[in-house]
Amino acid sequence: MTKALVAVRANTEILAIVSAVVLGFGLVFAAGFSHSATAHDIAHDSRHAIGFPCH
Amino acid sequence: MFKQVFTSALIAGLAAGALAALLQFTFVVPLLMEGELYEFSDRVHFREGQIGSPRLAPEIWGELPRHFGTFGSNLVTYTGFALIMVAAFLLAQKFGKRIDARTGMIWGLAGFLAVNLAPAFGLPPELPGTASAGLIARQTWWLFAALGTVSGVALLGFGRNLGTALLGTVAIAAPQLVGAPHLDAYYGVAPPELATLYAVRSIGVAAVAWVAMGWLAGFLWEKSEG
Repeated sequence: MTKALVAVRANTEILAIVSAVVLGFGLVFAAGFSHSATAHDIAHDSRHAIGFPCH
Repeated sequence: MFKQVFTSALIAGLAAGALAALLQFTFVVPLLMEGELYEFSDRVHFREGQIGSPRLAPEIWGELPRHFGTFGSNLVTYTGFALIMVAAFLLAQKFGKRIDARTGMIWGLAGFLAVNLAPAFGLPPELPGTASAGLIARQTWWLFAALGTVSGVALLGFGRNLGTALLGTVAIAAPQLVGAPHLDAYYGVAPPELATLYAVRSIGVAAVAWVAMGWLAGFLWEKSEG
C-alpha cells in the first residue's frame, strides 16, 4: 500500500472505533442512566436486573 | 472496517440482550415482582402476629407490555456494551492481539467484571422499593467503579511489567476503597432471603450474557477477517 492508502485506512479505523464507542455509550446511557420518566418506566426491570442504580 | 465492527457488535449485542432478557424472565423478574409486593405493602414481612412470609412469586405474564419494555431495553443496553467492546477489539488488534471466540470469551468475562461485578461489590442489584442513597451519587460511583475496573483489567491484561500491574490493581481497588454511597440505616422491607437471591441471580444472568456476547462477537469478528 502507498502511504496515502495506509493513512486512509488508519483514519477509517479511528473513525470506526470512535463512532462505535460514542453510539455504544449513547445506547447504554439511554437505557441505563437517563432520568427521563419514559426511559425509566420502559427500562425499569432491566435496570434493576442489570444492576444500574435506579429510582 | 465499519462493516466488521458494526456487524459483529450488532449481532452479538442483540443476541446477548435477548438471552439476558429470557434468563431474567425465568430467574429474576419473578423475584423482582415478588419484591414489589413488599414495596407496595401488599405483603408485609413479619406482619404483627405472623411468623415469616410465603415464598411465592406472582405470575409474571399478566403484564405483557411491561416485559416488552424489559426485552427491548436489554437489547439496547447489550448492543451498547457490544459496540464498546468491539471497538476495543479493533484497537487491540492494531496492537497485534488476536481476536477470536476464545479470546472473545475472556473479553466478555472482563466486561462482566467491570460492568456488573465491580459495581455490585459496592451497590448490589436492588429489589424495587429498596431505600438507598441519592440517584446521582450512586450513578456517579457506578461509573467510577465500572471505568476504574475496565482500566485496571486492561492494564493487568495488556501491561508488560509490574508497574502497570500495580497501577491496574490500584484502579480496580480505588472505587471500592472510596466506597459506594449508602444510607446510614437499613430500611429493607422485603425478606433478606428474597433480596439476596435476587441480587445473586441478577449478577449470574449478567455473567452468562456477557460471556456469550464475548464469544459470539469474537467468533463473528474472526469470520469476517476473511
